[in-house]
Amino acid sequence: MSLYLLYTLIPLVWLVISATKTQPDLLSTPGLSFGGVFALFDNIRQTFTYDNGVFLRWLGNTLLYVVVGAGGATILATAAGYGLAKYRFRGRQAVFAVVLGAIAVPATALAVPTFLLFSRLGLTDTPLAVIIPSLISPFGLYLIWVYATDAIPDEMMEAARIDGAGEIRIFLAVTLRQLVPGIVTVALFAVVSTWNNYFLPLIMLSDPNWFPLTVGLNQWSAQAIGAGAQPIYHLVITGSLLTIIPLVIAFLFLQRFWQSGLTAGSVKQ
Amino acid sequence: MAPLRRHRAVAALALAAALATACGSPGQDAAKANGTQDSVDAALKAGGTITYWTWTPSAKAQVAAFEQEYPNVKVNLVNAGTGNDEYTKLQNAVKAGSGGPDVAQIEYQALPQFALPGSLVDLNQYGFGTFQKDYTPSTWTSVNVGSGLYGLPQDSGPMALFYNKEDFDKYGIAVPKTWDEYLDAAKKLHAADPTKFITSDNGDAGFTTSMIWQAGGHPFSTDGRNVKINLNDAGAQKWTKVWDQLVQGKLLSTVKGWSDDWYRELGDGTIATLVTGAWMPGVFKSSVAAGSGKWAVAPMPTYDGQPVSAENGGSAQSVLKQSQNPTLAAAFVRWLNHGNGIKSFIASGGFPSTTADLNAPAFLDATDPYFGGQKINQVLTAASGAVAKGWSYLPYQLYANSIYNDTVGKSYLNGTPIEGGLKAWQSALVDYGNQQGFTVSAG
Repeated sequence: MSLYLLYTLIPLVWLVISATKTQPDLLSTPGLSFGGVFALFDNIRQTFTYDNGVFLRWLGNTLLYVVVGAGGATILATAAGYGLAKYRFRGRQAVFAVVLGAIAVPATALAVPTFLLFSRLGLTDTPLAVIIPSLISPFGLYLIWVYATDAIPDEMMEAARIDGAGEIRIFLAVTLRQLVPGIVTVALFAVVSTWNNYFLPLIMLSDPNWFPLTVGLNQWSAQAIGAGAQPIYHLVITGSLLTIIPLVIAFLFLQRFWQSGLTAGSVKQ
Repeated sequence: MAPLRRHRAVAALALAAALATACGSPGQDAAKANGTQDSVDAALKAGGTITYWTWTPSAKAQVAAFEQEYPNVKVNLVNAGTGNDEYTKLQNAVKAGSGGPDVAQIEYQALPQFALPGSLVDLNQYGFGTFQKDYTPSTWTSVNVGSGLYGLPQDSGPMALFYNKEDFDKYGIAVPKTWDEYLDAAKKLHAADPTKFITSDNGDAGFTTSMIWQAGGHPFSTDGRNVKINLNDAGAQKWTKVWDQLVQGKLLSTVKGWSDDWYRELGDGTIATLVTGAWMPGVFKSSVAAGSGKWAVAPMPTYDGQPVSAENGGSAQSVLKQSQNPTLAAAFVRWLNHGNGIKSFIASGGFPSTTADLNAPAFLDATDPYFGGQKINQVLTAASGAVAKGWSYLPYQLYANSIYNDTVGKSYLNGTPIEGGLKAWQSALVDYGNQQGFTVSAG
């Protein structure tokens, strides 16, 4: 357990400490000790102002991709997963096979074909090229499907129908609340995967103005290599630290829904 | 240049894309070729907008100077990623048929991969072939693939020996002129202080090919779709004979090139020499502040004491076939690398490929405070004139570099003869090339 803690915490500690160093200190002092100057605030200022403040732009792009992409993925997965769990219709087994198959194909393998498809549509090098593929989350759909099957008793939906509620109203007013823990889980997965998505935006985007943080920070890191190298490791590190803060906040915030949701039950079976 | 492991998948995918397009129809622009620069001059007057993909730090100042000189032309400057990242995007754009830039920076080692499938404009049609006499022979050879001219050289990397004078003086070691002396220096230094190493190398494809180049090897040759690979020729053997002793004697620092540790070891004297391209002084100044005043430059050691060098790194600017305005794009390339663009390139610390700039008295006589006031450009310019002739890269060099660590890298790791690693590399490259539709033969 303590080994596990060390394993997970040391990189984080290293990141925090390194973010307080200047570039020369970073290259001349050991990793887990502080440098001669406490430069955290100066580093943060430089991170936000370097190259005309492009970091802020990347942060905004990432937020856009997360809110629209991961948010949309969660909504779609919820609606589709719920429908597949609670309604019987023709082709349901086929959908099941397609979803399971989709989970099995790694996103990286699809990136180049997706690029060619989007190129035909004239959508490459636009935010839509990152957002649209992010909207599809077979894993999220499957999770909601399984969760809804267990968490929502058919009796409850029947009771609502007897009371005269339509299917849409049942979904929005009755069952959606039951699904919250599942939705939060899917949202967390979608947020984390969109936030960390590297390969898809790398392939799709060539204009740095549309880069998310992952691709942008890698570009900063890559400029330390080769002829004409201009290393700015201190900004890469400070940028990485700033990049994980919103994710940490998202986790702490969403955790409450998770916990309260786990105790939710409505019908005694 | 250090191959990055995480780019392996990218490079492989990109290459698959490149080779899929290799069967396209080449040479359709031969009809409009007139071989003079009049159309280029006219395009500059007419103006327009072009997009330029590059990662060189000099680009901003260059584009600003160009737009001031030609207000009718707007250059859309895009940093599409360094090296392999940019090539991945270029390959995808080529395959998709659109989305690429008009002008792109492409390293010499990657140029054949784009030139052979016909993705680049042959600049001979604009009469740029007459510039041959203005460039160093090695860079000019690098931009000529087959019978086509697929770019104009920008930076070059003739190799030299960068050494930590402080280390050498402290332990009474003479600056090595031959590789045998270098080997002795390595042993002497490490014996005097076991924490110090003559240089760092844990297997780097770009370094290996440059070293075989210097030793007189010609491991890769391409004729149309026919490729010959011989990574065990006389040159390769000369190099491995020396380098095996360094690797197996554990006389090299195994720190990864371009990492923060590497920069630190260059600064504190742990790494005593670097055999690398002439672009290195800029990196020293921007990243190894602690080494200021300690380092000096000498000619690259050779096998027989006669001056021979090789190129390491360096890149050209090329015009993409899918450009909507290739003539204007060619005009920009001409200005960049055969015009006023060179000035701002040198001002930002770049090492040019044009002989006139390399031999300009102001350039040769410039003293460099970082290198203790040494006139380093005299050494570096001499190196650029001593580059061994006849070198060429593989038409899938990027892929080759991406699998280097799986083959030759293992020899480094296990301390086994590099020759074995090179054999494994060769057989993997023969197999891959044949799968991709080349006719590859070994030996």
